[in-house]
Amino acid sequence: MTKFIIIMLSAVFINNYVLSRFLGICPFLGVSKKLNQATGMSLAVIFVMLIATAVTWPIQTYLLDPNNLGYLQTIVFILVIASLVQLVEIVLKKYIPSLHKSLGVYLPLITTNCAVLGVTILNIDEGYTFAEAMVNSLGSGLGFFLAMVMFSGVRSKLEGADIPKAFQGLPITLVAASITSLSFLGFSGVVENLFT
Amino acid sequence: MNKRQNLLKGIIKENPVLVLVLGTCPTLAVTTNVMSALGMGAAATVVLLCSNIVISALRKVIPDKVRIPCYIVLIAGFVTMVQMLVKAFAPALDEALGIYLPLIVVNCIILGRAEMFANKNKVIDSAIDAVGMGAGFTLALLLMATIREVLGNGTWLGIEIPILADNNISIMTMAPGGFLVFGILIAIVNKISGGKNAKKSFGCAGCPSAEVCNKAACGEKEEAK
Repeated sequence: MTKFIIIMLSAVFINNYVLSRFLGICPFLGVSKKLNQATGMSLAVIFVMLIATAVTWPIQTYLLDPNNLGYLQTIVFILVIASLVQLVEIVLKKYIPSLHKSLGVYLPLITTNCAVLGVTILNIDEGYTFAEAMVNSLGSGLGFFLAMVMFSGVRSKLEGADIPKAFQGLPITLVAASITSLSFLGFSGVVENLFT
Repeated sequence: MNKRQNLLKGIIKENPVLVLVLGTCPTLAVTTNVMSALGMGAAATVVLLCSNIVISALRKVIPDKVRIPCYIVLIAGFVTMVQMLVKAFAPALDEALGIYLPLIVVNCIILGRAEMFANKNKVIDSAIDAVGMGAGFTLALLLMATIREVLGNGTWLGIEIPILADNNISIMTMAPGGFLVFGILIAIVNKISGGKNAKKSFGCAGCPSAEVCNKAACGEKEEAK
């Protein structure tokens, strides 16, 4: 149980996908202007991360590894994620239209999101069991959610600020991201000290 | 556009990292030291060159509707080859790049060039475009890594720099330093280019999912109406 908590906490705070591993920067900078968009995007990411891990972990463990096909990992994973996202979109549209309406627009964006491919590959690299991999995916998704929601708050403050001309737009957003990420550095070492 | 302009545009005028703002994830992640930045640049350039040549050669064969999945499979194949080569001949680099090596698959620069250039142009032009863009990517990574390694670690490619080595600003090699240096570099580029790019927020033009992204951003406005 302790191991699950450690995995969860480090995925959310210490190795936060966006702010310390730099995965999923595109949606982080592109879709974080408004709070409701940021929430929709991150919920879709959590959803896809969980499903992608639930599918890719068994594929790697029961199909690729026993047949010495580990080198096909990258191709297989990206294909699985891409087709999975399409499939999920179709199923949602047919059976849960209300959920499709709120998450649907964000789903196709996630195919080329490095955070999703990143979490599935990291789960294999770290040698997690199935349960641990799922906890890690949930934690990573929640970490993404936390970073997106926090950052959309920071960005709404930037809207009215008087910014030098050269810094307008993307540069000031990156500097703000730097300061947000600085606040997450404060978490480093917390988990190790908590459980020893 | 002649061949020389085609080659040079990737390095300065349409630099993929600093002007088009593509491939931000690897740019921020691997620039903690010069060595891994050069390795990442070289690996991405090889993949970009191969994928641009093949996609350009197949541009009349691939059906328009399924082009993105086709490109992804081709790119994933080349990334796997590069991954195996790096593992075999440069294990230290493989260790340093870690997860970012397989993640070249989802690097927007490669898919973006396929979508913006290779599927409309001849094989030779596409190859030249890939070399220029790859060089631009590598040079931008080198610039960022130089700033971060010199200030953060007091070294350059492992060589110690006298005074800075004793007074390093270690935050530069950590995550916040990456965002900060990148933000300031883009601001400098904006200043030099006379604010032509200042209004542009994020490099969505080259991203294959830009259309959907815009729909997501505009969808809510339409619903509100």
